[in-house]
Amino acid sequence: MTDKDKKIKTEFIASLVRLYGKDRSSLLPVLQEFQKKFRYIDEYSQQEIADALSIHPVEVNSIISFYAFLYDKPRGKHTIRICKNIVCKFHGNKELSKFMEKKVSEFNKDKSEESKITIEYVNCIGLCDRSPSMLVDEKVYEKINPHNAEAILEELS
Amino acid sequence: MMTFEKIKRTGPVLFSEYENGSALKKAISIGRNEILAELKESGLKGRGGAGFPTSTKWMLTAAAKADRKFVICNADEGEPGTFKDRVLLTEYPELVLEGMIIAGYVIGAKEGIIYLRSEYSYMLEFLESKIEYMRKYGFFGKNILGEQGFDFEIKIRLGSGAYECGEETALIESLEGYRGEPRNRPPFPVNTGYLGYPTVVNNVETLASVPHIITKGGEWYKKFGTDKSTGSKLFSVSGDCKYPGVYELQWGITLRELLKIVGAENTKAVQVGGASGVCLNESQFDKKISYEETATGGSIMIFDKSRSMLEVLKNFMEFFVEESCGQCTPCRIGNVKLLEGVNMIEKNDYTLEYIDKLKELGETMKIASKCGLGQTSPNPFISILDNFKDEIFSKN
Amino acid sequence: MNTMEKTLRSPVSQRPHEIKKTDQLTGIGAEVSIELNGIKMKVPIGKTILEICRDNNIHIPTLCYHEDLCIAGNCRLCLVEIEGMRTLQTSCSFPVTSPIKIKTFSDKVRKARKHIVGLMLSEHYGECYSCVRNNNCELQSLAREYGIDNYEFGHICSPRYNVDKSSQAVIRDMDKCILCRRCVRTCIDLQEVGVLEAVNRGYDTKISTFMDKPLADVVCINCGQCINRCPTAALHANDPSDEIWKAIEDPEKHVILQTAPSPRASLGEEFGLPPGHSMTGQLNTAARRMGFDRVFDTNFSADLTIMEEGTELLNRLRKALVEKDTSVRLPQFTSCSPGWIKFIEHFYPEYLDYLSTAKSPQQMFGSVIKTFYADESGIDPANIVNVALMPCAAKKFECNRPEMNSSGFKDIDYGLTTREMAKMIREAGLVLPDLPKSGFDDPFGEASGAGLIFGSTGGVMEAALRTVYELVTGRVVPFKNLNIEVCRGMKGIKEASVKLENCRPEFSFLEGIDLKFIVAHGTANAKVVMDMLKNGELKDYHFVEIMACPGGCIGGGGQPIPTSESIRKLRAKAIYEEEAGLPVRKSHENPHIKYIYEKFLKDGPCGKLSHKLLHTHYVKRGKFIN
Repeated sequence: MTDKDKKIKTEFIASLVRLYGKDRSSLLPVLQEFQKKFRYIDEYSQQEIADALSIHPVEVNSIISFYAFLYDKPRGKHTIRICKNIVCKFHGNKELSKFMEKKVSEFNKDKSEESKITIEYVNCIGLCDRSPSMLVDEKVYEKINPHNAEAILEELS
Repeated sequence: MMTFEKIKRTGPVLFSEYENGSALKKAISIGRNEILAELKESGLKGRGGAGFPTSTKWMLTAAAKADRKFVICNADEGEPGTFKDRVLLTEYPELVLEGMIIAGYVIGAKEGIIYLRSEYSYMLEFLESKIEYMRKYGFFGKNILGEQGFDFEIKIRLGSGAYECGEETALIESLEGYRGEPRNRPPFPVNTGYLGYPTVVNNVETLASVPHIITKGGEWYKKFGTDKSTGSKLFSVSGDCKYPGVYELQWGITLRELLKIVGAENTKAVQVGGASGVCLNESQFDKKISYEETATGGSIMIFDKSRSMLEVLKNFMEFFVEESCGQCTPCRIGNVKLLEGVNMIEKNDYTLEYIDKLKELGETMKIASKCGLGQTSPNPFISILDNFKDEIFSKN
Repeated sequence: MNTMEKTLRSPVSQRPHEIKKTDQLTGIGAEVSIELNGIKMKVPIGKTILEICRDNNIHIPTLCYHEDLCIAGNCRLCLVEIEGMRTLQTSCSFPVTSPIKIKTFSDKVRKARKHIVGLMLSEHYGECYSCVRNNNCELQSLAREYGIDNYEFGHICSPRYNVDKSSQAVIRDMDKCILCRRCVRTCIDLQEVGVLEAVNRGYDTKISTFMDKPLADVVCINCGQCINRCPTAALHANDPSDEIWKAIEDPEKHVILQTAPSPRASLGEEFGLPPGHSMTGQLNTAARRMGFDRVFDTNFSADLTIMEEGTELLNRLRKALVEKDTSVRLPQFTSCSPGWIKFIEHFYPEYLDYLSTAKSPQQMFGSVIKTFYADESGIDPANIVNVALMPCAAKKFECNRPEMNSSGFKDIDYGLTTREMAKMIREAGLVLPDLPKSGFDDPFGEASGAGLIFGSTGGVMEAALRTVYELVTGRVVPFKNLNIEVCRGMKGIKEASVKLENCRPEFSFLEGIDLKFIVAHGTANAKVVMDMLKNGELKDYHFVEIMACPGGCIGGGGQPIPTSESIRKLRAKAIYEEEAGLPVRKSHENPHIKYIYEKFLKDGPCGKLSHKLLHTHYVKRGKFIN
């Protein structure tokens, strides 16, 4: 990471801490906002956040590792979260997963790490009545089949 | 992107006619004690699943002396098969917000927090716009509706993907910036909650029920449901049926009646109460859904005769292994052992003796785990193995 | 000084309850009638069930509970049944507030405990007989207590984690971890160092350093407090005893053991004695029988430390007051605790100038032995092996610091903890308490009591005051029997002052000054003091003693397990009692000290030679990890 990148991150963290308050209870919002901008929370920034909130870096790391939606490793541009609850599983999630895996690996081919799509399987996202369902970044998609999935993927590229 | 359903909902309480703001106006005019009395009369219990009397919770928090108090709306709806809060928050957000304001008025809190699960982050802007909309009518800010000294504000905080944070003390830990691990109780949040201040944590549905109870009275509310389970309940119905969705029904309805309403045919099993609930077979479909018989946070997952119950069980146990916070021993390791047992059955490599031992372990987990997660995670294991014996152990 | 009580990270609900007096409002402290295993009794409201059981001699098994730490309630072993409650309750966290009926060993309770131990064992990799904690393992004891005779829920057969041996002091073997998180609470709450925390969740939960880095690469101060609180061998010290045995058996090598006062006060515990019995004489005999060529008393070099550090303080005062030198940093902070040194290097690197440059007694002795002693006795220093018996894990790190070779050799070769010494004595087939007593070897055969009390928090300060006051005024310190009580006791931060009056002419610049000092132990308290320094609140103070471990060295990370507040108090008592009976109790009156300044360190304390051999410098480490 260049010094310039570091500076940008440190300043962004400082602005978040100003916004949410220099208090431990600001930790999650700070991490969430940081991740929204930089996709993951790198080692350097974890320490900066810890310092800004007067806690230990290992505590920040611990929090990131506890919550499924926070990451300390680099990630691609988009995250597709497919619901793996049993209702979705019984209603076409298996076919959907297979289809998505295939399509996404085609999509990711020849792409830089940064612009790749990540597929994750997550626990119930509260759309069992419209299964199978998934989240693409923050958008919800319901009753997905290979046909409309294709369109969703196209939107991402 | 929001998901709205186009159908017009009907129901005895939550989905009945309501004029926004009327409860708050009435609440302020009748005063705290009267509100608590109405709530007590109504018999409203926590709708998250545990069923603690709401009036008691509020009364204890109101009685606690502190500089600050908090109202927290638990919108961390993570129980597999549950989505009623999603519907409430997208279609009836005013009810929930009004419930929170009333709670704040009763307990003397000026600050409210909605803990919204990250999977529902798409609602964030919408909910914030609702708050701003209501602010225009004087429902937020200082001296609400002209009541001197009654100030209330709500902020929304997002979760980050942890089922455990639906447990109220874990939710508070999470809000405070810690790992979402439940606390020891006592002390309870009503005394020592968020940041150490007295805190009411209520489920979305509980809060949404409050305005109806205030406007129409506890007496009216009590008319619905059964003796000990008053009023109505939202059911999140999913799985093998024609009309999955959210239904408002009265407590005391039998499973068989419910299955008929939602158009379920050829039903083999119903998981009542989400992954942490119990799984019933056909011979048990006449059981009433109520705190007395089969309590539930409202999730009804229907499986027809084509489904493998072992697959269902495996899915649930995998869920608990992943979502256990890992703090206490029985839950952290116990769930893994139960899942191993399921895998053994799947591979047909087990002894009934060991499976019985695991059931005993499950009984220990129910009473020895720190919080509701570990105390309920053995439910599907024990109930599926008991109620679907013939199917599961058929290979032996 | 206002608020000096340290803050706990833990949420209010997990802090230990403190019952002091009746609180009218909550009823805390008033009595309530309960039934405990069928016996009716009255207990104070607010006391936990565990405390009540212990008061009544009922043993409740615990793992995550530790006297020094906040309540966790996560191991679930201390569960008890309360009539009318659906679930079992953890006795460690449950305060009695109403008339309840408690059963501590009902069927449900016993079954649950057995299940829990079984679950822990299923995940606990390793065999007892090849474990450093064999016979002193809390999990092992529980397995025996609950009659575990098989692995009910299986047993993990291959390791899941790599053993982290990167640190010179602390080894982490996470396969043996049962996730009681005592180490986390020790590191974050008790010591406020913040190296260890639980990461991941559910079954993947483990205790980790920042980004899973080797312990040597993070801000660990090597205090070893986590080792003292680990119920298993998941955390243990880096044991050099094999190399020491090798040196002993090598006829070429002249192996010298120096023993610090704290291990002597606690070593008996390793041989089944209750805390509070000093084993100095027996240990000397044991060391000789084991084949150590010489046994020296670290108290000698503690006296040397006092001479150097005391002189340094007076020099600083002179520079500041007489020469008006603004570069002089006051208060002067003690530098004998290597854990504290690493703490300040990491967390307050901009304040290193406040530290005394004097080495710790261990290191001073090392360089004196490999120069003065080698010369006097005609031994090639290259053949001298210096072993230091210390109560400390950080001493292992300290002796390996690259700058610690002012004798031209590695000044101290091995730092040995109390536990490791006990193991070596057992290996040698000796039963320590049964051995006859013997004295230390010359030329450092005698030490003063001032050196002895270094072992307890406040000891360095007390020893220094005895010498400094007398040097300045020519009179003994104005405290009864030389006992400076304000320095003693287990309060986290102590402060006091001594007025300097009728000073000797050369110290007239100190006339009428209140010599103000602070004593703090545990790095959490050190942090409070450092923050005060940062805020400019210590401008009037002159001298600060800091020990990294709670209770000082007697509570060190190399001490016998268990260590708790009550045990630390008993060890301190043993030290003070032994000290009261010694003929020489002031460092400057130690004849051997006089001798070494006459014969060897001829230009006196803080002179040129002592600067070379007895003083050191520090490293600005900072806390940021690249």
